[in-house]
Amino acid sequence: MPGLNEFLILSAVLFCLSIAGIFLNRKNLLIILMCIELMLLSVNTNFIAFSYFNADIAGQVFVFFILTVAAAETAIGLAILVVLFRGKNTINVDDLDALKG
Amino acid sequence: MGNLRSEDIVKLCYLLGSLEMRNYNFTIHNSPIPNSQLNKLIINGIKRMIKFTFYLFALILIFAASRVITVKNPVHAALFLVLAFFSSAAIWLLLQAEFLAIVLILVYVGAVMVLFLFVLMMLDINIAPLREGFVRHFPIAAFVGALILFEIILVIGAWHQLPPPEAASALAAVPNTQALGLVLYTEYVYPFEIAAAILLVAMIAAIALTMRSHTRAKYQKPEEQVSVRREDRVRLVKMSAETKD
Repeated sequence: MPGLNEFLILSAVLFCLSIAGIFLNRKNLLIILMCIELMLLSVNTNFIAFSYFNADIAGQVFVFFILTVAAAETAIGLAILVVLFRGKNTINVDDLDALKG
Repeated sequence: MGNLRSEDIVKLCYLLGSLEMRNYNFTIHNSPIPNSQLNKLIINGIKRMIKFTFYLFALILIFAASRVITVKNPVHAALFLVLAFFSSAAIWLLLQAEFLAIVLILVYVGAVMVLFLFVLMMLDINIAPLREGFVRHFPIAAFVGALILFEIILVIGAWHQLPPPEAASALAAVPNTQALGLVLYTEYVYPFEIAAAILLVAMIAAIALTMRSHTRAKYQKPEEQVSVRREDRVRLVKMSAETKD
């Protein structure tokens, strides 16, 4: 069995890949949402690895709730995306500057 | 290697399933080599297989994740994300989180990714302007990603008090789904209900955001019809009687 370190490093690699993905695809809202999903996946892997190596089920309960919230977040995010696309006919992040931020 | 009897095969399957290496002893009859040596061989083989499985799925996972962030077509990115979820579920299975691995496949691949693909294919997106600046942003993205990875690995490497993998025996006592259910409906029942409320809110929000009101359709407003008063509709005019010419 690989040790805890291997699992932690695997999820660290996954997390950094998704951060780099947000930088690379900073105009495409859909890919940014996918990168957030990947980030949550790496965090969940961390939780499950700790749950296994500490023999504590609480980590898996946390993952359960993270999955629930992530599903809700994705549903609302995609709904906002659809509304934006209907109104502006684009999902380019650079064009979504109505708040002048 | 001698004759494996059926109960030995059952034992072997149980050992493969629970990954619990220390408490099992195989007795294999008519074996040409001693049983203790055979036990060591089998257990070493299983350990090597688990290691190989982990690295195989880890490589697939990292490959899929890197394709998600670099591929041109968002549909391909979503499909690579599905691959990432599958290999991640395999790694969760190695960590004895069977229930969550299945939930990851069912909820994420079955619902969330289908929703993603549905939206992707429903919207007519022009990809070309969204890809602008990909090459320009590549060095900074690689730099930031590598920097954060370096920092995290430094932290993990500096942390020496790692528990041994053999500490996992307590979790294997009951099936994973049962163990999760036992705490979920007792200790975590309020968070569980809050999660249900969050899902309800998300459903209502998604419907409310995307539902379009039909402005062209004509319909009655019963509440206005019911609440109408006589004074709004009828006006009594007093006038004197006129004579007939």
